[in-house]
Amino acid sequence: MIGYALKRFFGALPTLFIIVTVAFFMMRAAPGGPFDSARKLPPEIERNVKAAYNLDKPLLVQYGIYLERLAQGDLGPSFKNKDFTVAQLIGIGLPVSMRLGLLAMALAISLGVSLGVWAALRQNQWQDYSVMTVAMFGITVPTFVTAPLLTLLFGVYGVHIFGLEFNLPVGGWNGGAWRNMVLPVVVLSLPQIAIIARLTRGSMIEVLRSNYIRTAKAKGLSANAVVLRHALRAALLPLVSYLGPAVAGILTGSLIVEQIFGVPGIGRYFIQAALNRDYTLVMGVVICYAALIVLLNFIADMIYGLLDPRVRLS
Amino acid sequence: MTPAATRKAETLERAFAGRSLWADARARLFRNKAAVTGMAVLGVVTLLALFAPFVSRFAYDGIDYNVVTCAPDWWPFEAACKAGPGHWFGTDTVGRDLFVRVLYGARVSLAVGFVATLVSLVIGVLYGATAGYWGGRVDALMMRAVDILYSLPFIFFVIILMVMFDRNFYLMFVAIGAVVWLTMARIVRGQTLSAKQKEYIEAARAAGVSPFGIITRHIIPNVVGPVVVYVTLTVPDVILIESFLSFLGLGIQEPLTSWGVLISDGANTMESAPWMLIFPALFMAATLFCFNFIGDGLRDALDPKDH
Repeated sequence: MIGYALKRFFGALPTLFIIVTVAFFMMRAAPGGPFDSARKLPPEIERNVKAAYNLDKPLLVQYGIYLERLAQGDLGPSFKNKDFTVAQLIGIGLPVSMRLGLLAMALAISLGVSLGVWAALRQNQWQDYSVMTVAMFGITVPTFVTAPLLTLLFGVYGVHIFGLEFNLPVGGWNGGAWRNMVLPVVVLSLPQIAIIARLTRGSMIEVLRSNYIRTAKAKGLSANAVVLRHALRAALLPLVSYLGPAVAGILTGSLIVEQIFGVPGIGRYFIQAALNRDYTLVMGVVICYAALIVLLNFIADMIYGLLDPRVRLS
Repeated sequence: MTPAATRKAETLERAFAGRSLWADARARLFRNKAAVTGMAVLGVVTLLALFAPFVSRFAYDGIDYNVVTCAPDWWPFEAACKAGPGHWFGTDTVGRDLFVRVLYGARVSLAVGFVATLVSLVIGVLYGATAGYWGGRVDALMMRAVDILYSLPFIFFVIILMVMFDRNFYLMFVAIGAVVWLTMARIVRGQTLSAKQKEYIEAARAAGVSPFGIITRHIIPNVVGPVVVYVTLTVPDVILIESFLSFLGLGIQEPLTSWGVLISDGANTMESAPWMLIFPALFMAATLFCFNFIGDGLRDALDPKDH
């Protein structure tokens, strides 16, 4: 197991290296540069500014310098956010994004699995059909539609449900107060709830037909024990391998959600940085996200190996 | 032959007349109500998009400052102004007819969906079939590359690509297509691996057919089922990615439009003019629904053991 983990760790390094290389040269191939809006600068000052950031050197040399600093853990200064290094900006934004993402993940898994199991146990009955219809909505209606609609309902109009008035703030972060997080988290998790519910239902139905479930029922186990102790464990396996893509989905969604709700996470930096040609910040965010996805794929594989004894990690 | 014998032979022939697997699949597909409805609705949307200039008398870029942000005449709620006859979906913030703009948005979104899917189809099928057919070290190397690309935060690369191409709309097709081919390659490889064990491939090889000939003539036609299913599920994915980029302001530029742009505009004005959000969102959601229904229907039709 430890050998496998080490092997995976060293296997991830070339992946990250390729990501860094591709992102670096793609960003540089984009027309324009970080100091274009400051064209009014006298040529000699512009030259000095570029020299200060090594932008006057040949591209390959710059690449070498970047890699050397990266190897020492230095992501460099942000070109556009003066007085901040990329590491500082990520240090401010990442906890916010992580909090949002983890809450959305937790909500998606708990609600998605419950709905999926429920639908599977009531296969081809109205419960099944309604869950699957709602799931279809969750998959097909994009985040940037649900976000304004929910904002309109719960933020602007303040809908009453069960006598409770929902008057949630429609934007801003307010230091992470839960009222500010409800809408972003819900919007972020909706598509994932839908996908997870569909996945769980599919695998649950398959598992419920298998022989060992028949055996368990024949032994006289209660329905709850059969579902919770025997079926669920096997049915959740496909879900584990979905973990990596789910995180990628949440990250993608967070770009939109952070934009719409004005959440100060790193997703918002990324788009601004890409448009402003803030090379170092773009690279920093890409590296950060790529590392996260690689890590989660790794964790998913490990969990898979633990849950399914047929899979031998080697 | 006596007439009776002829009749008997005909009956027998009818009874045993081979029904190809495709005919079977088609029959199953057309029995699926959701899939048929999906195809019908999608057909109507496509036709409306194709004939958009003839459906409405307004131009998609025709600005009319007399009807700025007006609700359609039939709008049941309060609205600052009514757009007048012909503006079935109302008008936008510079008085352009929303109905015709939704249809022009459909043109762009559907075109991106189909073209990018085609790009991903060509790359994915060739790549996957080659890796699966060769096997061994070539396969390991090629699929390792796919694994690496898989772990990229690809939406970031699409965004960087858009910046790199300076929002050139035509390159967006290619950029998206070049990113979504990975799953296709994996599916095709898996199918190819199992198909190449079959006797007819061995027969072809024994007959001296070249590897390229075997891949294009024998393997690809036999792995087409799952690929068709995946294609119908890729198109809505791509439409979503396009609208996502447009929503972030990285997509198509004014006065042209796509569903993503319209929804983005609508989200900004939803408090005063909800119709600007509702109609594009409705069209887009309906289209994505249709593709998903058709994809599910195809899967059931082509893979009956799943029933």
